[in-house]
Amino acid sequence: MQIIITTLVILVIGFIVGYALVLTDKKFHVDTDEREQAIRDALPGNNCGACGQAGCDAMAAAMFKGEAPLNGCPVGGASVAQMIGQIMGVDVEAAVPKAAFVRCSGCREVTRDQGRYVGIMDCRAAVQAGLNVTSCVFGCIGLGSCQKACPHDAIVIQEGLAHILPQKCVGCGLCVKTCPRALIELKPRDRQVAVRCMSHDRGPLVKKVCTAGCIGCGLCEKVCESGAIKVEGNVASVNYELCTQCGKCAEKCPSKVITLPRSA
Amino acid sequence: MKSLIMIIVGCALINNVVLNQFLGICSFLGVSRQMKASLSLGVAVIFVMTLASAVCSLLYTYVLAPLSLDYMKTIVFILVIACLVQVVEMFLKRKSPAIYRALGIYLPLITTNCAVLGVALTNVQDGFGFAESVLAGFGTAVGYTLAIVLLASIRSRIREEDIPAPLRGAPIVLISAALMSIAFMGFANLSI
Repeated sequence: MQIIITTLVILVIGFIVGYALVLTDKKFHVDTDEREQAIRDALPGNNCGACGQAGCDAMAAAMFKGEAPLNGCPVGGASVAQMIGQIMGVDVEAAVPKAAFVRCSGCREVTRDQGRYVGIMDCRAAVQAGLNVTSCVFGCIGLGSCQKACPHDAIVIQEGLAHILPQKCVGCGLCVKTCPRALIELKPRDRQVAVRCMSHDRGPLVKKVCTAGCIGCGLCEKVCESGAIKVEGNVASVNYELCTQCGKCAEKCPSKVITLPRSA
Repeated sequence: MKSLIMIIVGCALINNVVLNQFLGICSFLGVSRQMKASLSLGVAVIFVMTLASAVCSLLYTYVLAPLSLDYMKTIVFILVIACLVQVVEMFLKRKSPAIYRALGIYLPLITTNCAVLGVALTNVQDGFGFAESVLAGFGTAVGYTLAIVLLASIRSRIREEDIPAPLRGAPIVLISAALMSIAFMGFANLSI
């Protein structure tokens, strides 16, 4: 008998609670466009915030209002962008999936320490204090401001140099904004050839402070057949749209500062 | 009157829900990264906990106790709290979008906050009446807010410090929380 009463009471309470929910939903219903809900369903829903919005709900609302680009979800990538484009009835050019890339190869082995830094363990603080932790004034400081800014644990500091873990990076660009020396750039994921140096110093000076820096010799520029690599301000940089990834520049580079295509 | 004030102070400081009873630890550690977020969560918890205590107290006194269904209280309370949060969310979304946006994701998150259920159950255990339950709920939520805001401010300072590598991240936060807990034990001798 007792079990029947219990079941009944719980059922009744459950029913009342459920009904209350339905009633409130009816009474306080806020009209949202079907399409906004559809966009929300198409988004990955892990609320990472890499798009810059407060979460997938906020991103869906912003996309619907036209305040955010329809291909703005870095996690969902091309497939999600396409689905949302279908929902909104427009063609969306899929954003090229990008990953962060550190334009410095100055680990502790190739640069010289400038004494011991004992201040706040943060690159921005070190730069603000005008202290050079390493010998190169353009290179990675290695105190890990970018590591702390990364919400996806995609950055590790090894030997005083930041490394990006491509499998974890979603290309949100938070580290790009954080780096006080602007060393991190968003590079298309399928592009392997890139210059790992940002030093604008002239060749001899670069050689003095770092054995792995770009000396601006221009050999890569000469050997490149598609005109994708240019030396400007004593440092080479790759135009990713023109680059065919032949890897000739990387072979020719005397300081081996250009990354090779992975297949090579 | 004096006993009612005693309940609030007791719940907020002496029997702090996070630091003495170890309830609601997940959100305590998870959301205390930023001051603003922890404050919004705290306000949402105050709101929901007070309301949940009131409803659960009424439900227990007038439905569960007379039918001697005491042992079903956990399930019924979970049901009611989950529903309550949803209703409150819908109500705010319609009537006060500003508050809704300010609370943001934290309102639905509270459904899974064990502290809310914990308070409702403790109220029943202590034989609290309606008014006492509401005050206990309010006091506990204030205690929760106090704890999470304190931890958030500690964490904002930790971030600038040079912490030994093995302790970085979660370990140092747990150690800070433990020290806070020890400090809050000092309130045990408080007499009003």
